[in-house]
Amino acid sequence: MDYSAFISSMVKMVIVLGFVMLMVPMLIWMERKVLADIQARMGPNRVGPYGLLQCFADGIKLFFKEDVIPAKVDKVVYVVAPAVSMTCALAVFSVIPFGGLRPGEGTAVAPDINVGLLLVLATMSISVYGIVLGGWASNNKYSLLGSLRSSAQMISYELSLGLSVIGVLMLSGSLNIVDIVNAQQKSTWFLILQPLGFVVYLVSAFAETNRVPFDLPEAETELVAGFHTEYSSMKFAMFFMGEYTFVMAHAALVTALFLGGWSGPVLPGIFWFLLKMFAVIYFFMWVRGTLPRLRYDQLMSFGWKVLLPLGLANVFITGLMLSLWQSMG
Amino acid sequence: MSAETIWAAIKGLRLTLRHVFKEPRVTVQYPEEKKPHSPRYRGLHEQRLTPDGRQLCVGCSLCAAACPVDCIYVEAGEEEEDSGRYLSPERFARVYKINMSRCIFCGYCVEACPTYALGMTKVMDELVFDNRWNAIWDMDMLIENFRRRMREEGIEIPEPKQPAASGGAS
Repeated sequence: MDYSAFISSMVKMVIVLGFVMLMVPMLIWMERKVLADIQARMGPNRVGPYGLLQCFADGIKLFFKEDVIPAKVDKVVYVVAPAVSMTCALAVFSVIPFGGLRPGEGTAVAPDINVGLLLVLATMSISVYGIVLGGWASNNKYSLLGSLRSSAQMISYELSLGLSVIGVLMLSGSLNIVDIVNAQQKSTWFLILQPLGFVVYLVSAFAETNRVPFDLPEAETELVAGFHTEYSSMKFAMFFMGEYTFVMAHAALVTALFLGGWSGPVLPGIFWFLLKMFAVIYFFMWVRGTLPRLRYDQLMSFGWKVLLPLGLANVFITGLMLSLWQSMG
Repeated sequence: MSAETIWAAIKGLRLTLRHVFKEPRVTVQYPEEKKPHSPRYRGLHEQRLTPDGRQLCVGCSLCAAACPVDCIYVEAGEEEEDSGRYLSPERFARVYKINMSRCIFCGYCVEACPTYALGMTKVMDELVFDNRWNAIWDMDMLIENFRRRMREEGIEIPEPKQPAASGGAS
């Protein structure tokens, strides 16, 4: 058997996972600094230059905190739930092509999966289980309510997420994300060809990751801390990291699907990919510092009554345009 | 979700982006920078002395009675002959302690003092303690706070003389 392909993809996986796990503390730092900029204050600037070591200090603190497990929880489920959340977030990264070292070259990380986009959507759906199980196993009615609200929200917005992606799918003709990026290199960024799809995807991504303006399940004034009330130390850290990993995953997907992935002049592809990804992440944090929170019923009615019809309209219009264009030769 | 809401959201985003590029920030980098205190800021207490170094406090414990938290402890004493430490040998505060970890810095004690012996300075940086016993400030420490403030204003108040063997301040 030929082990070299296996070993090379293993090495690539380790590199990507290592990168993602290191980037999550950086995202936390970036969020605090970006929010501070918006709010006319300085963020962390004591621990390390520009406060860069603050996230590691937080990580070490969380690591050493006492791990409290309440008495009547369902022990197995309680421990597994954050792991589900975190694992699914990391699994999404296995199919995202990051971009190579030469300008305009891309490399898929894992074996080039033909149905990469489908895998991503499916994995995101499974991650909802982490939240549901976490809230249920906590044996706390507020956690349960928070987790139910959160999972209902995530399931509703997955529909519009999938629909917004169908437009991209029609334009590129493949579920393979590498092919999608290549198709964008041939024509233009799908942002321009699919503006409605881009907006629908972005809004659904905010709702999927439980971020403002859709962060009612986490709102401290509403449900203590929602589904992760009873969690402490590393399990809480895993939920937290899972959320930030999802933010990164969605940003990476937006870059790959709508913003042209790794394409860009002169500089290596991976540089352009990371630049666009961090621009999207900056946008996530910028919105967090700006918009107020939606009430839960407003949130649900927006998802079903506005985004879902918009997604369907997008599919319809894209299909119409494509068939017109094809019939014109 | 109407067009006005979307336009309002975009205007909000523009406003917050403007703030990103606006200096100065409102953060005060304590302890390198400090915000100025008002003239009557209530900080650490001081026990005042006369210009020749006699303790003004007569141990009437009106401050202890006025304190809403009950954090001042006063014991009065008298001495046979004038040792030069106290305003009068008839009556003085032999033991005077304030528990700074309980003090709420309301200033009632200062208002209650009939001899203007007790005052409040603007000092807060000295109030760092890492065990409960270090939080109890006694007479010598409070006098020292007063003498340090006088020294900063350029007035040198002599150190209070040691009391006689019987009685004794703390």
